[in-house]
Amino acid sequence: MTLPKATQLPIGAVIPEPGSTRKNITAGWRTLRPVINDERCIRCQLCWLYCPEGTIVEKRGVFKVGNRTYDVKYEINYDYCKGCGICANECPTKAIEMVPETT
Amino acid sequence: MQIQEVKHKEALTSNYAVAYAVKAADVDVIAVYPITPQTTIVEKLAEFVANGELNAELIHVESEHSALSAVVGASATGARVFTATSSQGLEYAHEILHIASALRLPIVMAVPARALSAPISIHGDYSDVMNARDTGWVIYIVASAQEAYDTIIQAYRLAESVYLPVMVAYDGFLMSHTVEPVELNDESEVRKFLPRQIRPYTLNPKRPVTMGPLASPDWYYEFKYQQVLALREAYKVAKEVDVAYGSKFGRSYGVVETYKIEDADYALVTYGGAAYGNARIAADRAREKGIAAGVIRVRLYRPFPTLEILKALEGVKAFAVVDRAIMFGSPAEGPLYKDIATAMYMNGIDKPAINIIHGIGQRTIYVEDLYKVYTMLKDRPGKEVVFMGVRI
Repeated sequence: MTLPKATQLPIGAVIPEPGSTRKNITAGWRTLRPVINDERCIRCQLCWLYCPEGTIVEKRGVFKVGNRTYDVKYEINYDYCKGCGICANECPTKAIEMVPETT
Repeated sequence: MQIQEVKHKEALTSNYAVAYAVKAADVDVIAVYPITPQTTIVEKLAEFVANGELNAELIHVESEHSALSAVVGASATGARVFTATSSQGLEYAHEILHIASALRLPIVMAVPARALSAPISIHGDYSDVMNARDTGWVIYIVASAQEAYDTIIQAYRLAESVYLPVMVAYDGFLMSHTVEPVELNDESEVRKFLPRQIRPYTLNPKRPVTMGPLASPDWYYEFKYQQVLALREAYKVAKEVDVAYGSKFGRSYGVVETYKIEDADYALVTYGGAAYGNARIAADRAREKGIAAGVIRVRLYRPFPTLEILKALEGVKAFAVVDRAIMFGSPAEGPLYKDIATAMYMNGIDKPAINIIHGIGQRTIYVEDLYKVYTMLKDRPGKEVVFMGVRI
């Protein structure tokens, strides 16, 4: 990725539009990524609650897992997840595994 | 019979001259905290605002840190702003100096220069201004009340052209509190000379922007380099503004002013009012004694006028730099000396150059002292630092 040059940036480090952080992918420094094992997930919401970046996404729908049916599913937004591992640490059923990032 | 144009002249201190220039520039926001010897600038401005002569918001703040912060905020909205401080107040505002220049805000600030504590001295020297020289501000050091008036007006045009804050400094007390005749411009003409140039981005609820965000190592350096480029640009624009001002109002100074330098063998380089006036008389006295003496006054201190100084020093055999501040522990303790030495070294020039430190805490610089410098240059030209006027 090539970043803009000094002469291409707005002067005084002004960010000229509101809400620009939505466009910034802030997961660049992640070395481990959390992966949810849906089989073991009991939908307790603790990962969603503890995530400091709000990157656990709650999805509504009908999800069949083995012989059980849930109306909710948890996924991770990898654009913003920084790989801190808090979710994996807090998960009571060890359903979240931290997997090394590969380029 | 030719009818001469009657010009409007007032007897003003440099502080009052600055206040009149600020009024002529039609500023919107003034934030101030009193500190000797700056106070009378703002007293006069408060009077103008109270009398309805100047339609500006005058904010009374609780410190110089807040004063500069308030004008940073006001300038970010696109207002034309002014503040003034001195000595400990300038030091107290120091972190905001960096913020003002990095946010590229066209703030104009007057600084009647004063010595720093401890021990407490309310008297004039340039320790405070020299401490602010690496903050990314444009710095003028002026030498008369008239020049203070003219430079404040030039400063607004320069600041709003290159989006940099500008500091106009002059001798505390020796200039800030002594009266000189000052020719005042027609205010409507000044306002024509200073059309409001609002920054491309301002704080405006209708067009939201973010100012002063966090910059990671991926970004920060580029913004600092932008400031380097801006000061280089300011060097060119300062000269253009001075010429434009001269052709409109009849007074211009250049970035470096010289006196009898054309045929001089020995030159004295200095800044500010007291040293400059005395230096001219000392040069005249030296010339009476057969020493070809000249004077160079640095008017624009940041960005540094390297080319003009080297050109002025071209013909001289030896020169002395009279500094009125001390850089403790430096290879040579004078700040201007350091700049000139760097300029010469980078251009492959080697000349005998003495660094005189004088006038610290307003220790009187006598004409006789400066005359002695010329004889020193003639008799034993070399490279040394001389602490003149101190009891050793």
